[in-house]
Amino acid sequence: MYAQMIRSEATQDDPERLAAFQARIDAGEKIEPKEWMPEGYRKTLIRQIGQHAHSEIVGQLPEGNWITRAPTLERKAILLAKVQDEAGHGLYLYCAAETLGVSRDELFEMLNSGKMKYSSIFNYPTLTWADMGAVGWLVDGAAIMNQVPLQRTSYGPYARAMVRICKEESFHQRQGFDIMMKMANGTPAQKRMAQDALDRFWYPSLMMFGPSDKDSVHSAQSMAWKIKMNTNDELRQKFVDQTVPQAEYLGLTVPDDTLAWNAEKGGYDFAQPDWDEFYDVLKGNGPCNADRLEARRTAWDEGAWVREGMLAHAEKKRAARMAAE
Amino acid sequence: MSSPAPGPYAKTAAPEGDAPKRAEWPLWEIFIRGQHGLSHRHVGSLHAPDAEKAILNARDVYTRRNEGVSIWVVESAAIAASSPDEKGPLYEPANDKVYRHPTFFDIPDDVGAM
Repeated sequence: MYAQMIRSEATQDDPERLAAFQARIDAGEKIEPKEWMPEGYRKTLIRQIGQHAHSEIVGQLPEGNWITRAPTLERKAILLAKVQDEAGHGLYLYCAAETLGVSRDELFEMLNSGKMKYSSIFNYPTLTWADMGAVGWLVDGAAIMNQVPLQRTSYGPYARAMVRICKEESFHQRQGFDIMMKMANGTPAQKRMAQDALDRFWYPSLMMFGPSDKDSVHSAQSMAWKIKMNTNDELRQKFVDQTVPQAEYLGLTVPDDTLAWNAEKGGYDFAQPDWDEFYDVLKGNGPCNADRLEARRTAWDEGAWVREGMLAHAEKKRAARMAAE
Repeated sequence: MSSPAPGPYAKTAAPEGDAPKRAEWPLWEIFIRGQHGLSHRHVGSLHAPDAEKAILNARDVYTRRNEGVSIWVVESAAIAASSPDEKGPLYEPANDKVYRHPTFFDIPDDVGAM
């Protein structure tokens, strides 16, 4: 899940219009860009889609770290394709956000100034090649849990972006699991690396779903608007239930002594991540927060001359064409 | 009926951004034709300084997996769009013309497939 703790905006619109809007959503209609929508719906969506887009963009950094160090040319090509997809996912999402009346550059500015967040998961370092496996398998796996239901979200452009993203995410998760299989079946040292990656990424992956939201008013509003399709706890449970057997298949141990199958609920009981750590990472105190933001700001600042130069060139060509006509 | 509104999106101010406005690459709408003889289909939008770069960017953003064999790009601001408020008056004339659908006509089974 790439959007965490999205505050939903209170809305002060005409109650009659609000009721008519809610009726459209309840009937399963899609809301499209120029149609009337409550101000709170619009603002909450900008925040959520923006955070999701930022996560895709910042999410390139931990993996980009390994492109030049991939063990084989094939692995390198695959990783490069995956990171390129993430840039694409960010772009699909920025366009969806732009239909709500915010520009991509404004969203970038808000990311770079720290006014908008990205997922907590990308503030953890990728220390070994096995982390590329763990990120694809666990992080993309957790993202898929959230993104699949979002294909049915009420806002048309967001839903359509999700359809494209989901098609590609499945490649990401499989390539991650493939790396884990290779490592888990490799030399004892490689297997230890795979176990170490699982140990470090398990709880941060569980945090991706956000804290329990059963009492959250924001979640209730977002769910009524079909911006959020499931509770955080539902998705986390689903993720654990799906992932534990996969870890068993790999012969790896999920780092949770309390993990046990609960036949009554038809799912695993598992330990919650350290939520203090989660809030601390959100506040900017994770192992890589400063590095990630610094990398984004540098990329933005050092790319300015390219953006400006290409615009100037386009204007020059346009002027020359006009003069020739 | 009012004149068509420019652009497919509402032009509203950013709610949260107070960043200084600077020259931004314009937004382009991207249309892709797949391999199977269907029309170009709208797939999304992207930013580019000009049409040529918009096509190159569209190649990278929207056809990474052989989704298309032809790309159209058009500046978003150049699109005229019907207004959602006029849904009623715009489409209503077709609503009471059920005879335009083949299912309106009862053809006896004996006639066979038609």
